[in-house]
Amino acid sequence: MPVGFVDLDHVTLRYGGDADAPLALDETSMKIAKGEFIAVVGPSGCGKSSLLKLVSGLMPPSDGNVIVNDREVSGPLKIVGMAFQNPTLLPWRTTLQNVLLPLEIVEPYRSSGRAERKTFEAKAMALLAKVGLAGFEDKHPWELSGGMQQRASLCRSLIHEPDLLMLDEPFGALDAFTREELWDILQGLWMERPFTVILVTHDLREAAYLADTIYVMSKRPGRILVRRENPLPRPRDQEVTFSQDFIDLVHELRNHIRVVRAA
Amino acid sequence: MSKRFDLSKYSPWIASIGLFVVWEVVVRGLRVPDYILPTPSASLLAGWTFRGAIWMHALQTLLTTLAGFAIAVVFGVVLGALVGSSRAIYSAANPILIGFNSVPKVAVVPILVMWFGIGTVPAVFTAFLISFFPIVVNVATGLATLEPELRDVLRSLGASRLDILLKVGFPRALPFFFASLKVSVTLAFVGSVMSETVASNVGMGYLMMSASSKFNMPLVFAGLLVIAAMGVAMYGIFSIVERRSTRWAMRGAPTA
Repeated sequence: MPVGFVDLDHVTLRYGGDADAPLALDETSMKIAKGEFIAVVGPSGCGKSSLLKLVSGLMPPSDGNVIVNDREVSGPLKIVGMAFQNPTLLPWRTTLQNVLLPLEIVEPYRSSGRAERKTFEAKAMALLAKVGLAGFEDKHPWELSGGMQQRASLCRSLIHEPDLLMLDEPFGALDAFTREELWDILQGLWMERPFTVILVTHDLREAAYLADTIYVMSKRPGRILVRRENPLPRPRDQEVTFSQDFIDLVHELRNHIRVVRAA
Repeated sequence: MSKRFDLSKYSPWIASIGLFVVWEVVVRGLRVPDYILPTPSASLLAGWTFRGAIWMHALQTLLTTLAGFAIAVVFGVVLGALVGSSRAIYSAANPILIGFNSVPKVAVVPILVMWFGIGTVPAVFTAFLISFFPIVVNVATGLATLEPELRDVLRSLGASRLDILLKVGFPRALPFFFASLKVSVTLAFVGSVMSETVASNVGMGYLMMSASSKFNMPLVFAGLLVIAAMGVAMYGIFSIVERRSTRWAMRGAPTA
């Protein structure tokens, strides 16, 4: 099997440093191709978020190798964008300033910051417009609804054009209509400029709607139980969610989770 | 509706003036002699009579206090940043800081006098010593309570510790910092006046000391009122600065 863009090779993670500390992840292996959209589903507390922290280099593995872009991960990666269940916007910054934050940190944008401020702002405005936030650039986070904050958070995770986007239940706290609208926005952005996405979610419909490949994880200690390729053609729209193929896929995933939870 | 609004606007004045009126009435009604508790009117009159001396000593105290306070701000922010951004430094510094803060500062004044002689320097020092603690604690708390997700957002971008401190740590600690300034500046007055009372021949502390030794109680109370007024004014100034600079943390008023 060829080396993936993201390659987890028998990765084990323990909480704390001790050899007998509880396992968060046990012998997990995954290969994700460049530009692939994968989703990880599993019961709560199965180590899904730990998986993201491993891949982004925020946490080192206790055992095994994490390779991203042909390099072993040994510290935080700069080619990564992240969005969490909480929008985690900075309350003292406006929406636009929040979106521009990564450009103040990630090279090469950081060095050219002052000279290209206008270009960056235009880019951020265009991105905000795409997610439906045109006209809200100068609002502060607390003046936005939860869904709007999450849109801004998504823009912030993409503004520096990362090769790898990590999403930790980003739509978990939103109402169903907003959530499905954001699925479409995310799919649109991804189809425009394919980047690799790792989406952690407990929403099986979300996984089936967005991902190319779906991984089902076991209860803690987490390990990959099922790798399921998603046969649904792209682009997917809301109609797809009522098709038999979609329903069957969700049903199948649900059965896997049921087995996992009972184990 | 508008009546209620007016009430909250004028209530500080009503309360303060009311206090003076009650004080005046009680002292006159019970015929309390001047050398025990003077009336506010007698105190104000004494204040006016000795306005030249009060002005000179008040200015001395104000500058002494602000000098000590300024040192406390710089020192407090630096120490708070150190303590707040490292768990090891936090554990190491915590007992020392608490122990230090528990020492009554009036007991330190004689030491300062031994080192620097009487006068302005020990007063500046005492103001500094008494007022830096809340700043350290608040800045450290503001930094230490940073949400892990917020830190992860920056770390996942490859931000250095300094980046995180400048982009997230300090802005987030700002409301804590300004809240501590209001408390600290009033404490700084306590420190400088205390030191002037014990070991100085200038400043409000000295003025009140020498007035009480001449049984001039109205002047003592005039001094107290002047110190209180300076404290309230400084508190007010830092409240305004706080509201201006950390509007995001005070969601009450809509942004203009």
